[in-house]
Amino acid sequence: MNLTLKVWRQSGPQATGHIETYAAEDIPEEASFLEMLDIVNVGLIEIGAEPIHFDHDCREGICGACSLTIDGIPHSKETGVTTCQLHMRKFSDGDTIWIEPFRARAFPVIKDLMVDRSALDRVIAAGGFVDVRTGSAPEANAIPVGKETADAVFDAATCIGCGACVAACRNASAMLFTGAKVYHLNNLPQGQEEKDQRVLAMVRQMDAEGFGDCSNHFECEAVCPKGISVDVISKLNRDYAVAVAREGLAD
Amino acid sequence: MDSNTSASILDAAIPEGPLAEKWSRYKSHAKLINPANKRKYSIIVVGSGLAGGSAAATLSELGYQVKCFCFQDSPRRAHSIAAQGGINSAKNYQNDGDSVWRLFYDTLKGGDFRSREANTYRLAEVSLQIIDQCVAQGVPFAREYGGGLANRSFGGAQVSRTFYARGQTGQQLLLGCYQALEKEISKGGVKMYPRTEMLDLVMVNGHAKGIVVRNLITGEISSHAADAVILATGGYGNVFFLSTNAMGCNVTAALRAYKKGAFFANPCYTQIHPTCIPVSGDYQSKLTLMSESLRNDGRVWVPKSREDAAKIRRGELKATDIPEDSRDYYLERKYPSFGNLAPRDISSRSAKEACDDGRGVAKTGLGVFLDFSDAIRRLGKDKIAERYGNLFQMYEKISGENPYEVPMKIYPAVHYTMGGLWVDYNLMSNLPGLHVLGEANFSDHGANRLGASALMQGLADGYFVIPATISNYLASQKPGSVNTAMSEFRQVEQEVKERIDTLMTVQGKRSVDSFHRDLGMLMWHNCGMSRTDAGLREALQKLPGIREAFWKDVRIPGRADGMNMELEKAWRVADFLDFAEVMCHDALTREESCGAHFREEHQFTEEDDVVRNGYTNPGEAKRHDDLFCHVSAWEYKGPGVDPVLHKEPLVFDEVPPSVRSYK
Ligand SMILES: Cc1cc2nc3c(=O)[nH]c(=O)nc-3n(C[C@H](O)[C@H](O)[C@H](O)COP(=O)(O)OP(=O)(O)OC[C@H]3O[C@@H](n4cnc5c(N)ncnc54)[C@H](O)[C@@H]3O)c2cc1C
Ligand code: FES
Repeated sequence: MNLTLKVWRQSGPQATGHIETYAAEDIPEEASFLEMLDIVNVGLIEIGAEPIHFDHDCREGICGACSLTIDGIPHSKETGVTTCQLHMRKFSDGDTIWIEPFRARAFPVIKDLMVDRSALDRVIAAGGFVDVRTGSAPEANAIPVGKETADAVFDAATCIGCGACVAACRNASAMLFTGAKVYHLNNLPQGQEEKDQRVLAMVRQMDAEGFGDCSNHFECEAVCPKGISVDVISKLNRDYAVAVAREGLAD
Repeated sequence: MDSNTSASILDAAIPEGPLAEKWSRYKSHAKLINPANKRKYSIIVVGSGLAGGSAAATLSELGYQVKCFCFQDSPRRAHSIAAQGGINSAKNYQNDGDSVWRLFYDTLKGGDFRSREANTYRLAEVSLQIIDQCVAQGVPFAREYGGGLANRSFGGAQVSRTFYARGQTGQQLLLGCYQALEKEISKGGVKMYPRTEMLDLVMVNGHAKGIVVRNLITGEISSHAADAVILATGGYGNVFFLSTNAMGCNVTAALRAYKKGAFFANPCYTQIHPTCIPVSGDYQSKLTLMSESLRNDGRVWVPKSREDAAKIRRGELKATDIPEDSRDYYLERKYPSFGNLAPRDISSRSAKEACDDGRGVAKTGLGVFLDFSDAIRRLGKDKIAERYGNLFQMYEKISGENPYEVPMKIYPAVHYTMGGLWVDYNLMSNLPGLHVLGEANFSDHGANRLGASALMQGLADGYFVIPATISNYLASQKPGSVNTAMSEFRQVEQEVKERIDTLMTVQGKRSVDSFHRDLGMLMWHNCGMSRTDAGLREALQKLPGIREAFWKDVRIPGRADGMNMELEKAWRVADFLDFAEVMCHDALTREESCGAHFREEHQFTEEDDVVRNGYTNPGEAKRHDDLFCHVSAWEYKGPGVDPVLHKEPLVFDEVPPSVRSYK
């Protein structure tokens, strides 16, 4: 198939970006979206032009590196896929496709379609862990976890940290991302000790990084490649409110 | 090619004592560093996967100053994230007769008696603590209704000892490890350098004391010094271009260390995984694994007749049109007691044989069926969805076919590399100070790794082994004795800059990928699933040509002083081109078949007793224990010169090598 691409090009963090038009020709429909970009890039390299830069690694929907906004929607309008899992059979010959980076205040562009998402790492560093020293763990089956709880926390733990939720949100909020990790750890017996501290620290870090508030539009859930439910946001709000109250009492 | 068997060069430093007591004795006698002194020592950890991430976090907990590097934008994206199936541990929660001994035995036998007994035993022993650690971190392993941990069985084992987190075990283990790492980062014990690639190793007075890195965003070249260096940089499967590895996986760190004198052990041992989605076209950038756990419920088959297979390929027949008695469930037929769970090397070669026989079912002829219809009938669609839902979804996204309705098509693909830098029992290479963990070392898997044991090894190395062994080296070192102002650092920086300049000034006509593809094709055909003397010699003859073409005709647009993905790829491919050579030398000189290394000249035939008495099948890998019961460790001797082979003899005190039979 033949396509027209409208691609965001930006030579560096300080540079101003613009949309460039490319023809993507003879694209096999079995190819993935990123393989389509590979083909276009080989064409660019052969004429000495700089290839389009984008993040990617596993190319199977699990590392969370790929991060393209396709026709205005992070990871495209297909539900439950990452950019790398999108296949060209979902497009038609002659289509024009707009390709832009994930956009958010907290995700500055590095080059072309590549952005800096290290703010998400710092939210985890603030409290997204169980503080257990290596070697000090009790026997694994001494901590029973009911299957239902295990399944529910798994649904939150499946987050790949791609940041699509942030890019889709009009406020660039990271509540789905943060809520998923808080839900995962705060609902396990292992996570109880640090429950309040965790939610307070993570939410405060989220604010400090410039992520916005949640105004209940739920675009995040719609684009999440792992289908994480916005329920984790209401749980986050509840855990946060409880922790703030307890913090107040302790003062 | 000289060979050197002197044990002094390759002293594995295996502790004295009975096998089962070696590790505890070692720990009781290892040199320690007192808590107040630990913070004076700095350690570089290259890699943030399961091996590097767990090591960095744990060493920081102990009080060392750690610097951790990865080329991805976040440590959470290391390739370990992609592991699907599970992690082994000898917990015996199923009460099905498992034990540390049995896990050790299975791993040793699975590796076709080409691994070190003492290391393999330690791995099995430490496997118990790993699960405890991960559960305490909140890793959401699969559970039974009663709240206990669930298990499943995996290729090459007759007990159920694999712990799993849906089809995302690697992701959940890595996130546990990443969170521990982030915790240490926030406490200041680890300084993390993401989007930073190690381009060379720095040696000071014969000891590994630092690295030279490129900041992938700014292009800046800089040095880091430390009291010890740990490489946990993963495997080299991408030497084949197409593999199940992530796009960025590379051999650079290990190859650079090899060029600085570290021995490369068993580079020819590369694992081909039986269950991957077949190749569909030459635009393809990578292959996708379908977890081997699928073989618990899926049945592998091809049509008995070539005619039926040809009709399927042409689309004239569907899988469901082939009646039961016209199907060849070849694994169940050839290996009745293991059936579809036969080890990877065996399953992969059997698929290749069926396809070479003209009975492949994918359009290209290279594919076999993995059929769930019986399991769906037996257990119901919901149960299958619960077990494999995300894998089925992944398959459908890629292939456009629904595996609940039609059988999957699979074919073997390069997946894991058992070879790696040579290390002793301390996980230290022959270069003092240079430690190697995870897939990057030659490790505990011998000539073939069993499923669910790489995650186990990575975490064993990082959480439990290196924290106990590194003090043995550090205790002999004065902390902080090296800094980046030293001339050794200047010189390596200079070499790195010159090599980058050379790459940037070629300005030829071809993309980096085009050379990588040529290399991959050559390696897949001549040093892949089955190898011959003639094929390997041909590869060794052709490799210099590809390398010369690369250095004459590669084109890297843009500049070196900023983000440049082509430059990153070019550096890695240049290293793969050098590495391929030592890999072929190794495959050529190992004149036997063992595990994943299959030399066509060395297979059992009807002439052999073990075949005549029904113990094994004709065509199975034939080892030559009298000549090859050793680790092959290769020493670099300079460009254009053949590497030199050193042999570390393998001694089996507890389990005498036997012919592997999975019948
Ligand atoms: C698709 C797939 C599925 C798998 N499933 C299983 C399974 O179910 N069970 C199992 O046991 N095993 C499985 N394996 C194997 C297992 O995942 C790997 O062997 C293991 O995760 C490797 O871990 P590691 O820490 O050694 O390396 P990796 O996770 O590959 O990490 C390497 C790290 O090194 C860094 N790095 C590399 N080079 C450089 C450099 N030059 N400079 C700076 N940083 C560098 C990378 O950034 C990364 O952080 C699977 C493998 C694949 C490909
Ligand atoms: S490249 Fe890993 S999720 Fe897309």
